[in-house]
Amino acid sequence: MTIDSVRGAPEPELVQLLTPEGERVEHPDYPLDVTAEELRALYRDLVVVRRIDLEAVALTRQGELGIWASLLGQEAAQIGSGRALGEHDMVFPTYREHGVAWCRQVEPLNLLGLFRGVNHGGWDPAEHGFHLYTIVIGSQTLHATGYAMGMQRDGVLGTDRAGATIAYFGDGATSQGDVNEAFVFASVFNAPIVFFCQNNQWAISEPLERQTRIPLYKRAQGYGFPGVRVDGNDVLACLAVTRKALKDAREGQGPTLVEAFTYRMGAHTTTDDPTRYRLKAEEESWKLKDPIERVKAYLVRNQLADTSFLDEVDAEAKQVATALRKACLDLPDPRPLAMFEHVYAEPHPLMTEEQERFAAYLASFEEASA
Amino acid sequence: MSELKRFKLPDVGEGLTEAEIVKWHVAVGDAVEVNQTIVEIETAKAIVELPCPFEGTVTELLAAEGETVDVGVPIITVDVGGGEAPAEPVREEALKDDLVPTPEEPGMTAPEQPKRQPVLVGYGVKPGATQRRPRKSAAPPPARPQPVDSGRVLAKPPVRKMAKDLGVDLSTITGTGPQGSITRDDIRAARQAPAAPQRPAVEGDEERIPVKGVRKATANAMVASAFTAPHVTEFLQVDVTRTMETVRRLRDLPEFAQVKVSPLLLVAKALLTAVARHPMANATWDGEEIVVKRRVNLGIAAATERGLIVPNIKDAHAKPLPELAEALAALTETARSGRARPADLSGGTITITNVGVFGVDTGTPIITPGEAAILAFGQVRDMPWVHEGELAIRKVTTLALSFDHRIIDGELGSKVLRDVGAMLEDPIRMLAWN
Repeated sequence: MTIDSVRGAPEPELVQLLTPEGERVEHPDYPLDVTAEELRALYRDLVVVRRIDLEAVALTRQGELGIWASLLGQEAAQIGSGRALGEHDMVFPTYREHGVAWCRQVEPLNLLGLFRGVNHGGWDPAEHGFHLYTIVIGSQTLHATGYAMGMQRDGVLGTDRAGATIAYFGDGATSQGDVNEAFVFASVFNAPIVFFCQNNQWAISEPLERQTRIPLYKRAQGYGFPGVRVDGNDVLACLAVTRKALKDAREGQGPTLVEAFTYRMGAHTTTDDPTRYRLKAEEESWKLKDPIERVKAYLVRNQLADTSFLDEVDAEAKQVATALRKACLDLPDPRPLAMFEHVYAEPHPLMTEEQERFAAYLASFEEASA
Repeated sequence: MSELKRFKLPDVGEGLTEAEIVKWHVAVGDAVEVNQTIVEIETAKAIVELPCPFEGTVTELLAAEGETVDVGVPIITVDVGGGEAPAEPVREEALKDDLVPTPEEPGMTAPEQPKRQPVLVGYGVKPGATQRRPRKSAAPPPARPQPVDSGRVLAKPPVRKMAKDLGVDLSTITGTGPQGSITRDDIRAARQAPAAPQRPAVEGDEERIPVKGVRKATANAMVASAFTAPHVTEFLQVDVTRTMETVRRLRDLPEFAQVKVSPLLLVAKALLTAVARHPMANATWDGEEIVVKRRVNLGIAAATERGLIVPNIKDAHAKPLPELAEALAALTETARSGRARPADLSGGTITITNVGVFGVDTGTPIITPGEAAILAFGQVRDMPWVHEGELAIRKVTTLALSFDHRIIDGELGSKVLRDVGAMLEDPIRMLAWN
């Protein structure tokens, strides 16, 4: 609840192209043409990333991952914005952007490796246009702004080699100094960046009214760039709005704040218990706005997909999850000595000494057992 | 061909060391799928449902509901071999197997144990709880803790169920199983033999409630307080007719329009005023010294679903009446809904317990550990009372003040109680004394 709603002002309008009931509606500023094939592909993305997420939660509960931040409920915000990205764009995610990672062809196993503690992510950010996960809240918005200013200085904006950055963050991060600094820099330098805020209503246990008294997208106005609130559970609206914001950025029109209004259906991470701070009724009301159900309803009602397609997607999702589970359990533990390998580019005497001492220590175990 | 796999209790919350089994969702003989919810556990952080990592048939549940299990200890055995479920699911052999360290029999459990230790992120793991790097030779799996306290009965869930069905009280039986655990045979034998000691052991006559959580904390605090602080309790009956009238008039003031005004508010204010007049009542015994607190964090004992807790209002002495009323309302609400934070529960300096809400006149309250006094506020009821020289029906309550005699002498304790009573008899005195 924001102060506007407290004082009786109507809740601001969401950009919506597909209602929770699965009805296609138009928005004057965001026309969108999607083919049946594209719609089916979006549906497939949504279902598969939800299944991957579910598997990761289960693996955590089974002691195979240290922790996991579930994206449940936020699939549309991530797939919609993720599929709006172009080849030259660069993503700066938080630790929850598994759906965006999927769109950027980052192998889900890499995400699991990170949370299993056997690697540091392990994908090449430049190759995928997808930076490593950032755990610190909000700091990636500054990285993204700096990167965008770099792109600006490459002098490619407005050309077909132009890219923009997109920084993902949550409603809680908007209270961070970093995010506000990023807004200022991006604004005054007119940097090619999209600030994509997934407002999932809860910053761990803190409700939105502890972050803001106005709708978050309105903050942009104070910094001097446009802000828009989009139905974060509507994959088409997220796609259209992000596409427009990225296009503006690439053309040198500066930053946009997109507030994807959504809901985190699960816990903040596997280590907290949302029943301690929020009401079941709230979750139930958001279930009616499920991002996947509305696409399914639209596809079926308009005969763009039949049961066999839906079953196929479910089967594919299950197969992806099963393979992922197996691959996760098969991930090798890193060699203990690997931790010395990437500290310095050149050999370092002290480190060499430490490495040798540690190797001798490890060898003592083998002798003991021999 | 049966192939048994065991699921060890994982650390589901960044460095937790144990969890309590709340509820099993499966029973021996049930078929389970990968990721099917098998059990609910409660950790220090949350209640969590655990999904099964295997597909197969449940052959054993290795921990009973209500039991606290260390991370890394197996809690369920699943036959993943695709064989038929055994007709007699729990045999003596299986029972024995349960209570001794997992035998690494080649061929039986060989592919079971993942080589890596469960991932531990974060802090706070007890040293030794997890062996971080096992030696190259197979390290012995963590042995189940030896039953050190003989007060607890060892029996597996199916055995417990059998005992319950047959109306046998497990606590009357001496177990003959491994480590003194009770077997099915023990129960059968106990049922045939006449119950040895005359003990009304029929199901339904008594219920055993494990002492844990808030109940345990309460018990510890009460014992600590009752046996360290020499308690003295004094009582005073007070005519609170004017207090009740004041409460009614406060409710009409715009300052109190949004907040609940209760007699407890005036009792709190009276106690705060009395403490200001007699600071020694707001003190703690530190062994060598008496520490007199300048700030008053006023504890309010609250009965909640989870048990008795005493959240406190920080700096209550500095709060104007409307703020105090708000704080009282918020505190009760938070406590009742089970959302009191540890900070709300610590640092109290003096306490009020509102026993009147239970419809009793008074009690002898036990001082919250670390404090010097506690005031019990009894029910307010119509009583015959001598008022201005005549018998009248008045609103009367009973106050009881327990205090730590090491800190507070009878004279001071009496003054505090008398002052509170005087203020409730005539709330104008609160103005005079504030």
